[in-house]
Amino acid sequence: MRFVDEYRDPAAARALVARITELAGDGHYKFMEVCGGHTHTIYRHGIEHLLPTSVELVHGPGCPVCVIPMGRIDDAISVAQAPGVIFTSFGDMMRVPGSRGSLLGAKAQGADVRIVYSPLDALRVAVDNPEQPVVFFAVGFETTSPSTAATVLKARQDGVMNFSVFSNHVTIVPPIKAILDSPDLRLDGFIGPGHVSTVVGQRPYRFVPDEYGKPLVTAGFEPLDILQAIQMLLTQISEGRCCVENQYTRCVSEGGNPRALAILDEVFEVRPQFEWRGLGFIPESALKLRPEFANWDAELRFEVPGVRVADPKACQCGEVLKGAIKPWECKVFGTACTPETPIGTCMVSSEGACAAYYNFGRLHREVAVTMGGPR
Amino acid sequence: MCLGIPGEVVDLLDSNRHLAKVDVAGVRRNINIDLLEDENVVPGDWVLIHVGFAMAKIDEEEARRALEGLQLMGQAYSDEVQAVLESQIA
Ligand code: SF4
Repeated sequence: MRFVDEYRDPAAARALVARITELAGDGHYKFMEVCGGHTHTIYRHGIEHLLPTSVELVHGPGCPVCVIPMGRIDDAISVAQAPGVIFTSFGDMMRVPGSRGSLLGAKAQGADVRIVYSPLDALRVAVDNPEQPVVFFAVGFETTSPSTAATVLKARQDGVMNFSVFSNHVTIVPPIKAILDSPDLRLDGFIGPGHVSTVVGQRPYRFVPDEYGKPLVTAGFEPLDILQAIQMLLTQISEGRCCVENQYTRCVSEGGNPRALAILDEVFEVRPQFEWRGLGFIPESALKLRPEFANWDAELRFEVPGVRVADPKACQCGEVLKGAIKPWECKVFGTACTPETPIGTCMVSSEGACAAYYNFGRLHREVAVTMGGPR
Repeated sequence: MCLGIPGEVVDLLDSNRHLAKVDVAGVRRNINIDLLEDENVVPGDWVLIHVGFAMAKIDEEEARRALEGLQLMGQAYSDEVQAVLESQIA
């Protein structure tokens, strides 16, 4: 019971698992979590092995690092290699492989690539190096994009003209839609993302029950939150209800954060198309800077090759991201593809399903044994 | 990279620049509170910090639970705290 004992309230965890088992009965339910933070919690705490076999969790495309296609990494590298450029990025992006290596490789070859924690740190680099163009590699869902937007507004307010943003911001709703439209996947409901929802609120998810007839419950990041969300999903199903519910009321409100949404809308507009690794092109699924902010748009200031690169043949990230296969079912998992030498993006970030499983999978099996659990 | 870390607001600095000083895991750092400008953040409030910005106001109980949860994450948590501490937002 080691893992259950790690939970804040082991008795509550056991009670939830019992209730889930009872509600699921002889059925078989597949729920997808669309947030990398949830994927991490699920693996870290061996949640899949606490659950009865009647409940299966599928890990969706909720890690923003994992969904950036090869071509965009190649573009980032070519901007980083432009004369005089200081290229700034979150640490997670450094190892993501493009078709000609990663940003880490480009740095080893002499490009000035620096890791930053915040877009504001990137802006500061620009202030400190007024003679050099400083580019920020912006990635992330609505959790992160308002921060980039606020930074661009600050750059304009302070007249920092040598700063620009290479935007790869994506939005949460279109991939959920794409997954619901994909024929090879049968899902019974969604565990909605936590932090993204503090920004967007609950309203944008209403199409999931209204148009697709699937329940969605927004959840927090503790193991108990996830278990409770699963229980809420099953309760809806057993009562014949189907709606958007909020387990994470501690942080998420119905309307989200209106100011963050307003800032986002002031700076960004929706791209007609954006390519997602493994999922292909998804319409209106990403953000670019509005024309008023052309000076701060790296895609307008630099030569961006924009070549489309197919995912590597061996890579099955697409199937993992759609939940069609489990990480360890990929042929190169743990052999050719490891966190040190990732082939696919799901192995790079600690929130990617493959890396999470690689890091915690062993514990997983231990849990199964110590629990004498269902698997 | 999607982690949010709880911090306690200890001081409001330049309101023009939306700066606040927070206590994160016992260390004081500046963060930007522009995104919470409508929520009247005051010293003593707890906020969830992501990439240098306060993204949501939370209560003390949630902050404590979030911290405990994060500590269970081990490496990912220490990396995130380290990153916050290395950041120099002004
Ligand atoms: S093991 Fe590697 S290549 Fe296979 S799906 Fe995972 S990240 Fe992609």
